[in-house]
Amino acid sequence: MDLPFLYETLLALLPGIPLTLKLATLSVVLGAFLALPLALMRLSGIGVLDWISKGYTFVFRSTPLLVQIFIIYYGLGQFREIRTSFLWPILRDPYWCAIIALTLNTAAYASEIIRGGLQSVPAGQIEAARAVGMSRFTTFRRIILPQAIRQALPGYGNELILMVKATSLASIITLMEVTGIAAKMISETYRAIEIFIVAGAVYLVLNFVLTRLLKLAEYRLNPHLRQPAAGASS
Amino acid sequence: MTPSTVPAVKLDGLRKSFGPLEVLKGINFEAREGQVVSILGSSGSGKSTMLRCINMLETPSGGTVTIYGETIGLVPAREGLKAVDRHQVDRIRQGIGMVFQSFNLWSHMSVLENVIEAPIHVQKRPRAEVIAEAEALLEKVGIADKRNHYPAHLSGGQQQRAAIARALAQKPRLMLFDEPTSALDPELVGEVLRVMRALAEEGRTMLVVTHEIGFAKDVSNKIVFLHKGIIEEEGTPDEVFSNGHSQRFRQFLAGTIA
Repeated sequence: MDLPFLYETLLALLPGIPLTLKLATLSVVLGAFLALPLALMRLSGIGVLDWISKGYTFVFRSTPLLVQIFIIYYGLGQFREIRTSFLWPILRDPYWCAIIALTLNTAAYASEIIRGGLQSVPAGQIEAARAVGMSRFTTFRRIILPQAIRQALPGYGNELILMVKATSLASIITLMEVTGIAAKMISETYRAIEIFIVAGAVYLVLNFVLTRLLKLAEYRLNPHLRQPAAGASS
Repeated sequence: MTPSTVPAVKLDGLRKSFGPLEVLKGINFEAREGQVVSILGSSGSGKSTMLRCINMLETPSGGTVTIYGETIGLVPAREGLKAVDRHQVDRIRQGIGMVFQSFNLWSHMSVLENVIEAPIHVQKRPRAEVIAEAEALLEKVGIADKRNHYPAHLSGGQQQRAAIARALAQKPRLMLFDEPTSALDPELVGEVLRVMRALAEEGRTMLVVTHEIGFAKDVSNKIVFLHKGIIEEEGTPDEVFSNGHSQRFRQFLAGTIA
């Protein structure tokens, strides 16, 4: 094994990590802001909103992310209306196209995870909130959402891990994140195995850190599931 | 609490249907301030529904609900009626403490957090004052040492006493108890009834849906017996238990004691 080469590869891939993290973080955050209203639309009981949300989720979950990226990056540019619109500076930039595709995609999955979390809150607890005169908004903010987040966290954690890995698809539209740099190095050196192993290891480390953080968050958010500490009764 | 001439609760011709099933068929009822009313009846008689109409957890299908002289505004909706003004309902609810059969404590909050939640986030009272009151209330119901525990770590009796403290923290003029001991193990019923008895002795206005005939007899000063959505017997415990002549009530008592 050519250790110096592996080390050299690692050094070459490190500059791609910030872009990988930026793609993952920004799309996850934007996706969450899109997912919450989508989940609420599903639960609204209003037929039209329910169907829009269902349709959205169906389309984005049932088509490959790669195809979505291609449609947004290559497809939209075919329309003169888009090329001349104010959106064009964003839509011709591969970085923003990747962000948009990843955001739209994760929102579809996340909305289902959040919907499950919201529905898990026992009806009796919501009734108790109504009985003390709590407004709908306060009930949502104080009673429903905190419990829904706790309930959704393990499922959402999965989605976050998938998103870190999904950013590698952005390399296909010229973005030089970890996978993009790896692919470029391979075309220059033809040493595919070694380079991809190092690239894989980089994702492994990123997701290792992420799973630790998720575990910590789960621990911190769930004191009510742990046995009370010895001193907690005072 | 100053005694008031206005009834604490007044129901006029209260009706409630769930789909084709008519659960309440015209209830006329009055509770004065300081009264402890026990509402008895076999399952399906409509007693819980009657209680839940008082704080609008169920919307009546007909008739009126008047709390301390204020009638809850209802207008026709697609099915039955709906509240005219959600803010009016929220405001009236703030003056009514409710205790549920299954406690319904908020499971992500400690006991103390459960008790201070509504005073702080609904009634917007100062935090320090609310906490001091909450600790006194927990002392009163005998679970001050559990204030930092979460509901999942308490027995049923402790949870129900925490729920009573939560209801009291709103400083309600009226307390509603919906079968507060029905979900408890027999050996835990006593501790909850003791707390309720103490509240009754303070002169609080309480409406209690219960199967505890002993509690109804000893503690309440008015008994209402519901059967199939109408009030069959009504009066002081003495009147109802010694002279209650309807066969239904006799059967109900025989079934409860047996």
